[in-house]
Amino acid sequence: MLRYIARRLLLLIPVILGVTLITFTMLYFTPGDPARLTLGEQAGAEQLEQFREIHGLNDGYVVRFVNYIKNAVFHQDLGLSYRNRQPVFAEVASRFPTTLKLAGLGVLVAISIGIPVGIISATKQYSLFDSVSMIFALIGVSMPNFWQGMLMILFFSVYLKWLPSSGFNTFQQMILPALTIGTSTAAVITRMTRSSMLEVIRQDYIRTARAKGQKESKIITRHALGNAMIPIVTVIGLQFGYLLGGAVLTESIFGIPGVGRLMVDAIKQKDYPVVQGGVLFIAVTFSVVNLFIDILYAYLDPRIRSQYK
Amino acid sequence: MTKKPLLEIKNLHVHYITNEGTVQAINDLNLELYPGETLGLVGETGAGKTTTALAMMRLVPNPPGKIVSGEVLYKGKNLVEMKEADLRKIRGNQISMIFQDPMTSLNPIMTVGDQIREGIMLHQKVDKATATKRAMDMLEVVGIPMERYDEYPHQFSGGMKQRVVIAISLSCNPEILIADEPTTALDVTIQAQVLQLMENLKVEFDTSMLMITHDLGVVAKVCDHVAIMYAGTVIEHAQKHKLYRTPKHPYTIGLFESIPNVHETTERLKPIIGLMPDPTDLPTGCTFHPRCPHAMDICKVEFPEVTHLSDEHWVRCHLYPADKEVE
Repeated sequence: MLRYIARRLLLLIPVILGVTLITFTMLYFTPGDPARLTLGEQAGAEQLEQFREIHGLNDGYVVRFVNYIKNAVFHQDLGLSYRNRQPVFAEVASRFPTTLKLAGLGVLVAISIGIPVGIISATKQYSLFDSVSMIFALIGVSMPNFWQGMLMILFFSVYLKWLPSSGFNTFQQMILPALTIGTSTAAVITRMTRSSMLEVIRQDYIRTARAKGQKESKIITRHALGNAMIPIVTVIGLQFGYLLGGAVLTESIFGIPGVGRLMVDAIKQKDYPVVQGGVLFIAVTFSVVNLFIDILYAYLDPRIRSQYK
Repeated sequence: MTKKPLLEIKNLHVHYITNEGTVQAINDLNLELYPGETLGLVGETGAGKTTTALAMMRLVPNPPGKIVSGEVLYKGKNLVEMKEADLRKIRGNQISMIFQDPMTSLNPIMTVGDQIREGIMLHQKVDKATATKRAMDMLEVVGIPMERYDEYPHQFSGGMKQRVVIAISLSCNPEILIADEPTTALDVTIQAQVLQLMENLKVEFDTSMLMITHDLGVVAKVCDHVAIMYAGTVIEHAQKHKLYRTPKHPYTIGLFESIPNVHETTERLKPIIGLMPDPTDLPTGCTFHPRCPHAMDICKVEFPEVTHLSDEHWVRCHLYPADKEVE
């Protein structure tokens, strides 16, 4: 198992290199002059030249890429922000915990709604509960979360005045963003839990458990849920990655200083090092989450576990 | 008819209600299982053998399955109308079941030992350590070293898994063991081993057994009595030797004639002409009449009642006058 984890961690290196190469290349070919955009129309030729010199913009594509990788690997230096000359690493790192917390809370909300509702829906297939929750799940996946966020602000902050509409420091401030970001994930998890459970409860070993005289509730928790867990866990992992990268809108609506907002602002101003750094952080986190999910598979299913030995 | 049956099925009807129509899986089925005996339930694929077995434990999947009418009497108690909680005390404890496919009937994420122990903990008032000990003993009983208690089903072969299933079903020393084609999914050498094991354990545990099979060879080897099923009902029920020597129902006769004799050279096999009827659209009267060489006018209209030909031998066929006319 340890060898497997070590191997997977080593595999992260090419993944990160690949992500860096792709974002770097795409940003390189984006039209527009960062020097001009940052310094403004009034800047003289000398100033522009100086800016390009500092940020290494005069070098060729290959040289710039190699330098970027070299600095990143040996000095943990992801370059300086064009806008405020601050190190990118520190800037992204300072905002990263907020994004992580938002995505984490969102997933937590989604799991605590999605799994129980999915289980009940599956065990009472075609019941009223099942129909109603499937309708809500459909609404949940189809509703854009920025729109839902605004509706919630209107209702809970403006109309009821129960919860604050922006910020992300106190518990009250976290409720609305977490619900907003968790809704579509909750819907996806509900649907996956339901279909996975429906498949498992038709299996022969569930009948065996019934024939033993086991209680229906125990059959669900002890025999069915564990077997239904793999696809559910997969979806949770993917959704978590999606929330990490896709929190931009939620962060903008609720005025949360996270990586998403930082990146959107950076894209607008062609602040390439910041965009690059943000993408890298998200990619690494996503890979680590997926590694964790794969390890979880082994914990959940002895058949997978025996392959890792 | 001096002995009282341990389990008796009376006029059982089970339907599967689907969008394409109602499948009449079990139609007016009667069956008796006496203490200590092994009853073979024989029939073609689709005759309703497995549904009968599931109905005996009220495990017919619902929906789509439904026990429409009839009784399953275990020691005089009707299992069809029993409360779920009371029924759970019987399942796995007094009546237990071995399923057809050992590859899928064990939970893949639970150790085999725990799966045996689960039943013991449910029905016997023992602590965990004692239950574990008993589960280990059961493994040894079915010929698996108890060191393998903590292994998972995927680490076992098909025959070994079926041994585990047998261990589960016998762990609470049941009075009735229902074996639904326990050897069909196994290869021939393993079949013989598993059958031998079941025969030995049946005697050791003093259990009555319902052996469901389509293999007349298995019946000849292990059963005392035989019930022949056709289109959801038992059409002949007899002591094994009587049935093999003097089959009465035209279907039973046809079944035996279709087996080639090893002592003669057979040019052609002798099948029963025709196919099993579509269970969504059963023929009127006797369900066998379209294939029956002796079909009479009455067969098309009226389903024959039970005729007792002798002690422990009854048949449902118009060729044999009904009980009351004999008496």
